[in-house]
Amino acid sequence: MIEMKNISKWYGSFQVLNDCTTKVEKGEVVVVCGPSGSGKSTLIKCVNGLEPFQKGEITVNGVSVGDPATDLPKLRSHIGMVFQNFELFPHMTVTENINLAQIKVLGRSPAEATERSLALLNRVGLSEQAPKHPGQLSGGQQQRVAIARALAMDPIAMLFDEPTSALDPEMINEVLDVMVELATEGMTMMVVTHEMGFARKVAHRVIFMDEGRIEEDAAKEEFFGSPRSERSQLFLSKILHH
Amino acid sequence: MDFSVFFQPAFSGGGIYLDWVLSGIKWTLLVSILAWIIAFSVGSVLGVLRTSHLTVLRAPATVYVEIFRNVPLLVQMFIWYFVLPEIVPKSVGMWMKQGMPLPEFWSAVLCLGFYTASRVAEQVRSGIQSIPKGQTEAGLAMGLTRVQVYRHVLLPMGYRIVIPPLTSEFLTIFKNSSVALTIGVLELTAQARQISEYTFRTFEVFTVATVVYLLITLTVTVAMRALEKKVRVPGYIGSAGK
Amino acid sequence: MFTGFDFDVIQRSLPYLWQGMVFTLGLTMLSMAGGIFLGTLLALMRLSSSRILNLPAGGYVNLLRSTPLILVIFWFYFLVPIAIKKISGDAYAQGIGPFYSALIAFTMFEAAYYCEIIRAGIQSVPRGQVQAAYALGLNYRLAMMKVVLPQAFRNMIPILLTQGIILFQDTSLVYVVGLTDFMGAAGKVAQRDGRLVEMYLFAALVYFLLCFTASHIVKRLQVRYSVGR
Repeated sequence: MIEMKNISKWYGSFQVLNDCTTKVEKGEVVVVCGPSGSGKSTLIKCVNGLEPFQKGEITVNGVSVGDPATDLPKLRSHIGMVFQNFELFPHMTVTENINLAQIKVLGRSPAEATERSLALLNRVGLSEQAPKHPGQLSGGQQQRVAIARALAMDPIAMLFDEPTSALDPEMINEVLDVMVELATEGMTMMVVTHEMGFARKVAHRVIFMDEGRIEEDAAKEEFFGSPRSERSQLFLSKILHH
Repeated sequence: MDFSVFFQPAFSGGGIYLDWVLSGIKWTLLVSILAWIIAFSVGSVLGVLRTSHLTVLRAPATVYVEIFRNVPLLVQMFIWYFVLPEIVPKSVGMWMKQGMPLPEFWSAVLCLGFYTASRVAEQVRSGIQSIPKGQTEAGLAMGLTRVQVYRHVLLPMGYRIVIPPLTSEFLTIFKNSSVALTIGVLELTAQARQISEYTFRTFEVFTVATVVYLLITLTVTVAMRALEKKVRVPGYIGSAGK
Repeated sequence: MFTGFDFDVIQRSLPYLWQGMVFTLGLTMLSMAGGIFLGTLLALMRLSSSRILNLPAGGYVNLLRSTPLILVIFWFYFLVPIAIKKISGDAYAQGIGPFYSALIAFTMFEAAYYCEIIRAGIQSVPRGQVQAAYALGLNYRLAMMKVVLPQAFRNMIPILLTQGIILFQDTSLVYVVGLTDFMGAAGKVAQRDGRLVEMYLFAALVYFLLCFTASHIVKRLQVRYSVGR
């Protein structure tokens, strides 16, 4: 479904991505991990064209992301994305946040959109918060709203960019629970995270990145059983020991 | 102190000096408010263009702002009033000098409006740029076009953020309207000086003028506070902290 | 478009314009220095917990910031001679001349604006710094002079300079009392020779080049200072 071939990207003379190649099949859950600054967030943002790249090709369902002729807004409306800092729109209520793109992009009627929004809020356990503004919610609640907002577009795949790293520890699980549920339902997911518990539980494959390169790209059992590269061993030992 | 001077018959025009003061207030308000309408609309467009990622849009707006910000208002006033009719095509110039109604007034309005637009533009630009990049990414990721991101995400928050600095620009326009006296608009400061020259009651006359400016400041400040309160986003901290 | 323009008039009047520019620069520098000095005192008064100090300072600043500069110039042209007569006790005391009247008006006006900049600058210094100074046994004066103000001014240099550029533009308003600053000189030549277009456009160009260059230098400074921390 998502295919990346030889992606390279530079900021000026600094290379952030170096010849990255991988793919995500339909229904597959792929976890991307690696030290900070390793390019994992940049890589995931290349998938929906938020970050332009200079070399290589990415296709989503056969549509090329880098092609100037591609209708990017349309492509993006099929891929849900969840951000590290939630990025709910502070001036809109929770419902309005979820309604916005349904109405403006998919052309649903306000009534239709609201019905869908409320159903999704119910699903992530936040029905009561519908009329509130994001600033009145806890971090964990905001991130669940953000997931509902992405799901409202009926995406064919979901991208998660460190969805739990801005959260207080006690709120991480409420967000992970929603993600696990999504994964078990068969959603195609690409998840940048350090939550190895999540990876062990639902991931099919784990990608380890370092200095803009994909150092390791292996099935979950293989990755946790015997990581091949020294770097990923070191990384794993660091994040698994606390 | 003797404020009875305002009820003495005026030197000319048949009324009393109070009428001169009231007429001065009328012109001060007219020049300022009309100029503000120009400044706000032109400044908003320029400010948005200044944040564009396209150089063709950004560059002309930057040139405009640099020119209008770096030439004193008095010089601009003289250029609108004395120079412009000479350098436009002859027929237009003739009309500006002879046919145009209230040439001093309209020159002052246009001058003050386009001058203040450059300052409004800078406030709007910095308001938009103070919104985290993730908000734009979130908007784009759900399939909105860039125009839609501005319309639904950046501008609603941007305008809320810039209410305090725009209030101060709005106050400045009332004060700057006094520069119109240099091309013969009989606004409040001009009337105050004129009355003091005829009556030698300088202290009383200047006091009244100063009090009127204070009242304008007070009214605008209170009104803008109310507006700020009305559009405040529940739970949002960014603009609440003064 | 520029046929029929007489650029020679600019060259002929350059020495006269230069005199005007000297006046403008002198007025700018002196009232900037005076404004920053008075503004610092006002800022310290406004931040004081004593009502006798902070109320009058706040009132003065709000009054001046609500009044147009032109009206302030008129006020001081009216008040300064009266004050001199009162102070000297001599009903026929000589005035102090238009330059000094303008200087006093601009200094008093700018002080209100500098006060607010400096107040914000002082407040931007973390409270812990003052507490640390007091903990070391410094008194208020020493804590301000040695610890708070040096840090505050370092943070404020770009804004103070930007305000200086605004002041430089504002000095053109001495036109309303007939003084010959740069704009006044250009205006007088324009009227005398009937060359309004050339002279006003030239004045605009000179102001633009000076202010544009100065504000870019300030922007550079700003970048350097923000990197230093």
